[in-house]
Amino acid sequence: MPAERQTIAQFAQALRSGQLTAAAVTDRCLSAIDERNPSLNAFITVFADAARADASRADREIAAGRDRGPLHGVPISLKDLIDVTGTPTTAASRVRDGHVAVEDAPIVTRLREAGAVILGKTNLHEFALGTTNEDSAYGPARHPFDLARSPGGSSGGSAASVLADMAYASIGTDTGGSIRIPAAICGLVGLKPTIGEISTAGVVPLSSTLDHVGPLCRSVEDVAIVYDLLRGATPEPQQPAVAEGLRLGLLRGYFTALLDQHVAAGFEQATMKLRGAGVALRDASIAHAGDIAPVYVHIVLSEAAAYHAKTLESHGEEYTPNVRQRLEMGRYILAEDYVRALRGREVLIGEVDAAMSDCDGLLLPTVPITAHKIGVSSVRIGGADESIRNVTLRLTQLFSVTGHPAVTIPCGVTPEGMPIGAQLVGRRGATTRLLAVARALEPYLGPGTSR
Amino acid sequence: MTIKVWLDSVVQDAERRGLSPLRPLLESLAQATSALRIADWNADATGESLDSRGSARTDAR
Repeated sequence: MPAERQTIAQFAQALRSGQLTAAAVTDRCLSAIDERNPSLNAFITVFADAARADASRADREIAAGRDRGPLHGVPISLKDLIDVTGTPTTAASRVRDGHVAVEDAPIVTRLREAGAVILGKTNLHEFALGTTNEDSAYGPARHPFDLARSPGGSSGGSAASVLADMAYASIGTDTGGSIRIPAAICGLVGLKPTIGEISTAGVVPLSSTLDHVGPLCRSVEDVAIVYDLLRGATPEPQQPAVAEGLRLGLLRGYFTALLDQHVAAGFEQATMKLRGAGVALRDASIAHAGDIAPVYVHIVLSEAAAYHAKTLESHGEEYTPNVRQRLEMGRYILAEDYVRALRGREVLIGEVDAAMSDCDGLLLPTVPITAHKIGVSSVRIGGADESIRNVTLRLTQLFSVTGHPAVTIPCGVTPEGMPIGAQLVGRRGATTRLLAVARALEPYLGPGTSR
Repeated sequence: MTIKVWLDSVVQDAERRGLSPLRPLLESLAQATSALRIADWNADATGESLDSRGSARTDAR
């Protein structure tokens, strides 16, 4: 495995044994950014000088015996919704031109205190309102495996940065799937924790009651390291669960009704591997699955409209057209329908809880399709043309609505070599347990970024 | 407000504001709102649940 493709855990070991330095890996990441960012457009802003200085300080501290923990000296990128003192938080929007953050978001403070090296800010779908990363004032981010394709979104630049060896991890946000979708499409591990576990202060909001912050990494172990740090827990040695004997609910019906044939085949193969490893799988369902999208859209668009209404009046022309239209749509939602959606959310929380009442988690594909070509707005699937937006959100938005923790793990590739993700869902408040289960399953699933 | 009255009024307002491309999105939103209104979790001020009274009444208010 080349040094660039190391996990955080592997780097941590190499750093402490003197085989590598933070300065060396930071330089490698910055070289990868120089080389590939002109085509991938993953980063909006790069803090090259500050990153080199932070890395050198991290090395001096290690030499002096000051070890800040598993993220010490680790180069990390941040979605450009997250405030970093003295730098713009663009949200990939012209509306934010001239903005400069006056302080670090609390999660950035935690990363700095842990010795992480902040490389820069990554591209995204404008204000995180979209799943393709195509509506960005800075142009679309592109998939490292195929520049004609989208890396997914909204945290598309984050996923591209990790896949292209520009960063060891990235911090993204997820309101309907914006961490899990690009992570799955790029063959990475992406975690949306339980709602409320990680501070969203200093992060530009999309939907105040649905926004989550979480990591995109190369392994479940790395995701667990970053998750512990972001929520302020002292990282402890993890004891992974054992695959044999685990019980998972396999969501069927709505959740498997609309899948690209290669995704369906890859996911089916993954479930066979898990069965072979001794994991017990039984069918599970959500009675109101058909209502997920209506509930989601009424909550997200209402809350987004509340945040953007004033700016839409004064700077409407500065939004990208698609994002502007979706935000304007939210301004027409009636209060009574927003309240109906909130009631629906409670119903769905109860149904997801019930579906996993007698098992260790729920399993389903993460995204029904693989990376699509940039510029394409619909996809032929299940005999009908479906919008890319609706299809990509279809399997992730439920758990954003309910707040259950969910992690996507690579589970194979299509014949074209495009990654497929499997999504594992845990109990609310039990994200650590979810990650232990995910770590047990990870070795039995298909290849991810090893291409 | 019924879905139809709501849709007519918001489309008219969007066009007045020079946002005509919004129309298909609002029509799609109207479908989602209809689904939300007939969902069986909605309470009814009479004290009966919608599924026991028939969802067709929801939009007749």
